[in-house]
Amino acid sequence: METSRDDFVIAIRSAFLKKGTQQRFSLLSLIFFSLILLILGSLNFKAINYLKIGIKEIVYRSSFIVSGPENFIKDYYFVVQKHFNLYRENEKNKSELANLRSKDLLNEFMVLENQRLKDIVDDYLVKSDTIFAKVLSDKGSPFLKSIIVNKGSKHNISLGMLAMDGEYLVGKVVEVNYSSSRVLLLSDLNSKIPITIEPNGLLSILSGTGEEYGIIQYSKEYENIKGESIIYTSGVGGLFKAGIPIGRINTNNLSEEKKVEFFSDFSQLKFLKILSFKENEAE
Amino acid sequence: MIGLRNKNFIKKILSQMPLIILFISVLNNYDFNYLGLRYFSFNFSYILIFYYSLKKSESLGYNYIFIAGLINDVVIGTPIGLSSLMYLILCGAGAYLRNITLRPSLIKDCFFFLITLLIINSLLFIVSNFIFNYHLDYFDQITNIIYTFLFYFLLSNLFDFFENYFVGKNNVR
Repeated sequence: METSRDDFVIAIRSAFLKKGTQQRFSLLSLIFFSLILLILGSLNFKAINYLKIGIKEIVYRSSFIVSGPENFIKDYYFVVQKHFNLYRENEKNKSELANLRSKDLLNEFMVLENQRLKDIVDDYLVKSDTIFAKVLSDKGSPFLKSIIVNKGSKHNISLGMLAMDGEYLVGKVVEVNYSSSRVLLLSDLNSKIPITIEPNGLLSILSGTGEEYGIIQYSKEYENIKGESIIYTSGVGGLFKAGIPIGRINTNNLSEEKKVEFFSDFSQLKFLKILSFKENEAE
Repeated sequence: MIGLRNKNFIKKILSQMPLIILFISVLNNYDFNYLGLRYFSFNFSYILIFYYSLKKSESLGYNYIFIAGLINDVVIGTPIGLSSLMYLILCGAGAYLRNITLRPSLIKDCFFFLITLLIINSLLFIVSNFIFNYHLDYFDQITNIIYTFLFYFLLSNLFDFFENYFVGKNNVR
């Protein structure tokens, strides 16, 4: 009994305290060092923040270069997949185009009317300068849905700015470095956005799931949400402008979880528009 | 003479290959998520680190593993030092198993790897959730553990093959 305990202690000591050839630190000292980094990081220690910024500037660029071959394979994979789906998509697009043409006639009138009404209620917001950013790194990790873009504080990016793919909202800036930033995607588990569900006009919260879709949370009239309803930002809280399209409810069964299919494909993002909205001071 | 020098250079590169692959994998974060498979993700770095800590500890130095962990934290956005801690615990487990093993067996290695994975992922979940208030999906973590465990069989054979036929025989215990 005594011998087996001694063996255990010897094995543990050898594993954690013994330094290998050309090793400066033992495993135990490096574990302690990691713990110190973690604790100081959780306390927002200034030196750790500087260390983080330094590592990020180097690593984001290196990651972009190293990801090159994988991105090349990924792009070709999507090209091949698109070719397989071409016929089906063409048929679908034809029917959608016919439908949209009829709706487009009404659209222009509604936009003008909407702008006039917003001017009346003195709530009209104007865009800041739009900054176009290239996606440097797109790590669709199951644990974190975020992307790195090649614009940072030197390009006037600030925390909380919106990231848009065309006219669709994809996320917001959660980390700003000198020449790069991190955008938290709407699909991330920690993303919560105030939304309006049309045509009912219900206010709710869109929460990310860590998957390719989001879910509707905290709505009293949950049962009244219809399948194929469109999700827009509500503008509540002043973070976002109202009416930015996000996605569509993807369920026909009323008792099911209300899944939101995003308009933008987050795995295909190459360039983003980064911008913010502020109230029009001229009015 | 030049041929001999070239041969030595290639041999040196091959012997450093695990370290190169480790850094590429943390910078690139291989996870094949673009395939769109809902229940599929695995952690390549965990497999690589455990295998080399167990079989050929001199290939990956602890210092480099620590740096790789810091890079991984930056790439995936987790608190700095967290991945380093997980990697080093994995190294410790690998080194402990190496010390107590008299007759190596892939099955035993795999199950010890599974236990280590469960411990480090639990630790990761606890630290992320309770200290940094960052929510992780429990089901995704379980899926990741299962696939990482299953891929160990395949990748350890692949690494054995690489070590025996490219680096040199009898290097891997």
